[in-house]
Amino acid sequence: MGLLNFFISFAVMATIYSIFVLGLNVQWGYTGLLNFGIAGFFAVGAYTSALFTMHMPTGALANYVTQAFGLGMPFLVGVIAAAIASGLVSILVGALTLRLGEGYLAIATLGIAESIRIFFNNESWLANGPQGLVGLPQPLHNLVSPQYYSYVYLVIVLIFLAVIYIAVEKGIRSPWGRVLRAIREDEIMANADGKNVVFFKMQSLVVGAMIMGIGGALYAHYSAAIQPGVFEALFGTFIIWTMLTLGGTGNNKGGILGAWIVWAIWSWSTYLIAKVVPASFATRAPFIRYVLIGVLLIVIIVRFPKGIMGEERQVSKF
Amino acid sequence: MLELLIYGIVLGSIIGLGSVGLTLIWGITDLFNCAHGDQITAGAYSALLFVTLFNKMGILKGIVGPFSFSWGVLVAFIPAILISVILAILIDRWVYKPLRKAGATSITGFIASIGVAWALRGTIYIIWGADFHFYNTGLRPTIILHNIGIKFRVDEIFIVIISWLSVAVVYLFLSKTKMGKALRALADNPTLAQVSGINTERMLIWAWGIAGLLIAISGVLYGIETQLRPEMGWIFLMPLFAAVILGGQGSITGALIGGLVLGIAQQMSTAFMAPSYKPAVAFIIMILVLIVRPRGILGRRYS
Amino acid sequence: MSILQLENIVSGYGSMEVLHGVSLNIEDGKIIALLGPNGAGKTTLLRTIFGVVKPTQGQVLFKGSDISGTPPEKMTKKGICYVPQEGNIFPTLTVQENLEMGAFTREDDWRLRMEEIFEFFPSLTDRRKSSAGELSGGMRQMLAIGRALMVNPEVLLLDEPSTGLAPVLVDHIFERIAALNKQGVTVLLVEQNAQALSAADKAYIIEGGENKAEGSAEELRNNEEIGRLYLGR
Repeated sequence: MGLLNFFISFAVMATIYSIFVLGLNVQWGYTGLLNFGIAGFFAVGAYTSALFTMHMPTGALANYVTQAFGLGMPFLVGVIAAAIASGLVSILVGALTLRLGEGYLAIATLGIAESIRIFFNNESWLANGPQGLVGLPQPLHNLVSPQYYSYVYLVIVLIFLAVIYIAVEKGIRSPWGRVLRAIREDEIMANADGKNVVFFKMQSLVVGAMIMGIGGALYAHYSAAIQPGVFEALFGTFIIWTMLTLGGTGNNKGGILGAWIVWAIWSWSTYLIAKVVPASFATRAPFIRYVLIGVLLIVIIVRFPKGIMGEERQVSKF
Repeated sequence: MLELLIYGIVLGSIIGLGSVGLTLIWGITDLFNCAHGDQITAGAYSALLFVTLFNKMGILKGIVGPFSFSWGVLVAFIPAILISVILAILIDRWVYKPLRKAGATSITGFIASIGVAWALRGTIYIIWGADFHFYNTGLRPTIILHNIGIKFRVDEIFIVIISWLSVAVVYLFLSKTKMGKALRALADNPTLAQVSGINTERMLIWAWGIAGLLIAISGVLYGIETQLRPEMGWIFLMPLFAAVILGGQGSITGALIGGLVLGIAQQMSTAFMAPSYKPAVAFIIMILVLIVRPRGILGRRYS
Repeated sequence: MSILQLENIVSGYGSMEVLHGVSLNIEDGKIIALLGPNGAGKTTLLRTIFGVVKPTQGQVLFKGSDISGTPPEKMTKKGICYVPQEGNIFPTLTVQENLEMGAFTREDDWRLRMEEIFEFFPSLTDRRKSSAGELSGGMRQMLAIGRALMVNPEVLLLDEPSTGLAPVLVDHIFERIAALNKQGVTVLLVEQNAQALSAADKAYIIEGGENKAEGSAEELRNNEEIGRLYLGR
């Protein structure tokens, strides 16, 4: 039973990461935007949904927890608000950075994500600073007993993943998707075609960011507790890059596969390593995963640059 | 305010030193090395390894003059530099050289460097754990200039001098020696460098070697200034990126000026806002500069 | 006697074949012009001779021995130098440093040679310490040629040295090329500018990656069809 529970909660996280990967694939895989600030959209989504769905702290709790507002709205409203907030932030980010060259875009987005994290960490009035928010409402939590809640949530996130997957696939096969790929392949050509490149890049950035915002909200309600530490570049951004690169940049199915494999390596290696290494080494053992993921990323890029599935050839339907 | 300016110059000198190696590699290979920060961490910890070793052997434990660090730290610079140079060259051979051979874009190298960063940081965590470490745990002597009301640590004089000295040596190497000029030529025009008979791969060994040298020195100095922890280099990388972008691709003087500007701006900002906003200040300056002058302050004038 | 001989060179980039079998015969001590319209494969030919691009078929013979596929850094040692059309200087290096880079493969003292080059292109002398990127177009071209001359080459490959220069400068460059030739340097001069013909002892015309015509400057000039098609008359 324990192992099955472990697998279910693993599957929930892998599904949430799959959603992030789809968002990144829209931006990087199909448009060639180097977004190294996924963690920023992740954070914005998570916090927005938290503030929209939680109630203002009352009684003794109010002495320990400060938050800007707590609207106590339903889960779905929180998720939608997360998508919108993340999209709005991405418009701001895009306005600042989309005219920059690709490398600069990466550094700038990385910096913005880091600034967002520092902002949530420092501004305690907004979302309780470094302690973060605890006790986010979980949708349909009365349906089953708490120990089986993961099963319910797995169904919820799978539905979200399916909807987003279908939407992205449809979008990418539409004329709109064709323009995005034209931009990635040859910016100058797309420009000469009279397509406003920056405007299309912005659309891609916003769509990807909204998907990431949804991912952030889904994560927040699953873990029911968020604090700024979660949104560091390592877990919030680079692990998602590894997932997409492994699965196959520009391939949604590949990206999802990559998400599951990398997350499996990440979570199962913890479990296995803990069994193998001596207890005295236990506190350091989890860091073996850093090396594992790092080496994996290098090996994929150097040896198998196309990833497992490679880029899918897209045929536009007019 | 004057005190913040002095702190800014100290911080700016360390940032400047750290960013010279980064901009050098960026200029020559077009690679924006995300592992630079973690290589700095590796440099700092390599020195720690030898300091610990010296302490175990009971040698070189005496404190140097008015400073807070022992002779062991000074001696440990040498093996730390060696390790860092070898590490930098090996990383290039194993990761970036195959990518160059395959004709991959610099963006691919950039993503690969993130993998290198993780692997390095993970290794450091495994060997030394997540705790803070110090080269020497004793008192850190300070100097107080009463008449102008400034207080700073004696170590900081050493840090500033060594930073500027190291950069000056590299600058002289690049402007006076045949190898240095060839490196600049390679950064300027790789095709013509090849046509002139400059062997690119051999030059890149030099480039990574110099970067490794600067990385080790900045790592140890940064370790003396603050403390050693596995995340130190990664966190330090953010202002380095900003300094290098401010200075313009491949510009050493640009990186130095960028470093100083950022160091001073970061310290000055603490007069107005929480100190934890320092990294954010670096980024906001960087983004503003990018928007106004996409090639940085001293960016290349020639295409 | 021919110093450089190309036999049926087939070459290109990746799967894109540019040259479909070109043959040249470059006699020692002569100026040979290589003419042809844009996209004829002239630059690819120079790059193939110099080893930047490896031929898939055919041979490049230097003094009778096959040198095809020799990497560029060994070419300069053999005595062949190449001045590309674009990007032929190091812009942030000084004029003097540019020349020094030309001597990179020399292990002996090259300072005397540098002074000879400054005498040969006197206008560069006052700009020794300027960044090459600050030079005017004509001076850049002189510097580019000067860099190649640093190793005392026997054969100089020049790619369109007259591009973008005012007529008076074009005359000057061609005059300097003739002067070099008098010193014994064999020159392969790629040009679109028909003026190159007057400077050359012999010319080849290629088009679409194939030989079209060859002959002395006189013969080609007098050929009605060639004049109309390739020399812009």
